[in-house]
Amino acid sequence: MPAIFVIARLTFREALRRRIALAALILGVAFLVLYNVGLYFLNQDLTRSVRGQPLEQATTNGIYNFLLMAGLYAVNFLTLAMGALLSADTLAGEIATGTIQSLVTKPIWRGAVVLGKWLGFAGMLAVYLLLMAGGVMVSLWLQTGYTAPNIPRGLSLIYLTGLLVMTVTLLCSSRLSALATGGVVFGLYGLAFIGGWVEQIGAFLRNTTAVNIGILSSLLIPSEALWRRAAYEMASPLMQAAGFVSPFSSTSVPSPLMMGYAVVYLLVVLGLAVRVFQQRDL
Amino acid sequence: MSLAIETHALRKEFGDNVAVRGLSLQVKRGEVFGFLGPNGAGKTTSIKMLLGLVAPTSGSGELLGAPLGTRAARAQVGFLPEHFRFHDWLTSEEFLTLHGELHGLAAARRQARLDELLELVGLAPFRHKQLRTFSKGMLQRIGLAQALLNDPALVFLDEPTSGLDPVGRRLVRDIIHGLRARGTTVFLNSHLLSEIEITCDRVAFIKHGEVVRVSELKTLVEGETSVTIRARGVTAAVAAGLSQWAADVRVDPAAAEPGEPVVTQTISLAVASEAALPPLTRYLVGQGVDVYAVQPERLSLEEVFIQTVGTDGGL
Repeated sequence: MPAIFVIARLTFREALRRRIALAALILGVAFLVLYNVGLYFLNQDLTRSVRGQPLEQATTNGIYNFLLMAGLYAVNFLTLAMGALLSADTLAGEIATGTIQSLVTKPIWRGAVVLGKWLGFAGMLAVYLLLMAGGVMVSLWLQTGYTAPNIPRGLSLIYLTGLLVMTVTLLCSSRLSALATGGVVFGLYGLAFIGGWVEQIGAFLRNTTAVNIGILSSLLIPSEALWRRAAYEMASPLMQAAGFVSPFSSTSVPSPLMMGYAVVYLLVVLGLAVRVFQQRDL
Repeated sequence: MSLAIETHALRKEFGDNVAVRGLSLQVKRGEVFGFLGPNGAGKTTSIKMLLGLVAPTSGSGELLGAPLGTRAARAQVGFLPEHFRFHDWLTSEEFLTLHGELHGLAAARRQARLDELLELVGLAPFRHKQLRTFSKGMLQRIGLAQALLNDPALVFLDEPTSGLDPVGRRLVRDIIHGLRARGTTVFLNSHLLSEIEITCDRVAFIKHGEVVRVSELKTLVEGETSVTIRARGVTAAVAAGLSQWAADVRVDPAAAEPGEPVVTQTISLAVASEAALPPLTRYLVGQGVDVYAVQPERLSLEEVFIQTVGTDGGL
């Protein structure tokens, strides 16, 4: 088996053995239970008629879509936090303890360690996202019969967010300590987050400068832009047309060009992580 | 055939700090080579450069004919790191399987080596136990098994016996003897001079990141001999005459002058080899000295070490 897959499997096994997967699963189930309970009581209100008149289908669908996006917003955040937490210590920790020494003195390409870990985490994030986002969607469908448009495209974008944050974390972890890595990654995420808000409010108020500031922050790390695009893709026509500012919708929709930028960004950061790790003393 | 290890003026700087000044080494195939030096002499950095963990600032070298840092150089090498920290949530079997896979061993051979080595290091009953339940000695053993998985032609052992009990040390020593018998080159870095003395063919002393001396262990500890002589009537002139065979002649109490009361004196000196003792004794007797005892004491490696690298600890 090529070294990349050996390391990827090791990374998976570590998550299982050290009960990281179990903890994520338990908390994920708790999240879905809470979501379902909330959904149940909200839905009871919605299906009750308003002053003897049932709500129009388009209105209820709009509300269901809003509830779906609220759930996915949380899943998006959890996925990217999971990406950062899983990978923050992986290289930094093994370098600090010297565990890495017995790996890279084997006749393997050093970059295989980075790519193998990346692949392992990418697999974990995929499983996590499918369980969580799938759980939210299935819950909504079971209780209300509602499904959102463009689900594959939306989920792919959320997955890309997770991958992006995980890859940036891996790059930092190849050079910095685990703590410094966490600080840098969440700092960057915070920048993109606040930049995203400046952009949305700017768009609402038709302030071009504010929108451009938001776009600039997305160039720094396009995580927030990916979520905004995912939210736009899966929004109901009503939500898309509403044009109000919320975390779950987009008044300023990131362009397909920005999505392309995010993919290139991810590949460049991954390449850098390999390069930095290859060149450093261990 | 190429040497097992050959380096030319390997140098490593960390910022302003020079960790290794210029390491030039030649280790022959099949020998057990000891690497000695005080703390901070650059031993660990040197080993890391040899294994490609650290890139040299300048200089070059080869392992088994392949340039340092290449995959070819690592292919026939085994390594037991000093701080054997491994993925401790793996079981012995999973751990060896992982490292066998990284070596690219086929499944059948991997399994055969795994069984053989668990037996060799005495961990066969613990093959399904996670490494985190292991004692320091057991970790050292599994680390050794890991270093031998690929039947390496060259094995680096960095402090293999530190923290081991006498039984564990004996095991390591036996394994090294076994490796030597099969023609494997062993590069041994150890603080325990007694271990080096028992196991090594040749040793290099390093200080301030440079090799200050390379010597066959046999000539090193058998060559120089310190001698204690008990005698009466050693005058300053007689003592001075001893310098033709020996260095560092000390007489206690100091050489007697004619007419002083005769007391028993102790002469301590170091000769280049035991062959100097008969003429030296004849000389003393010929000078009218009463010789009571001539006692040669071999220099231990520890004394050679201190003579070679000094007592400043290489600082």
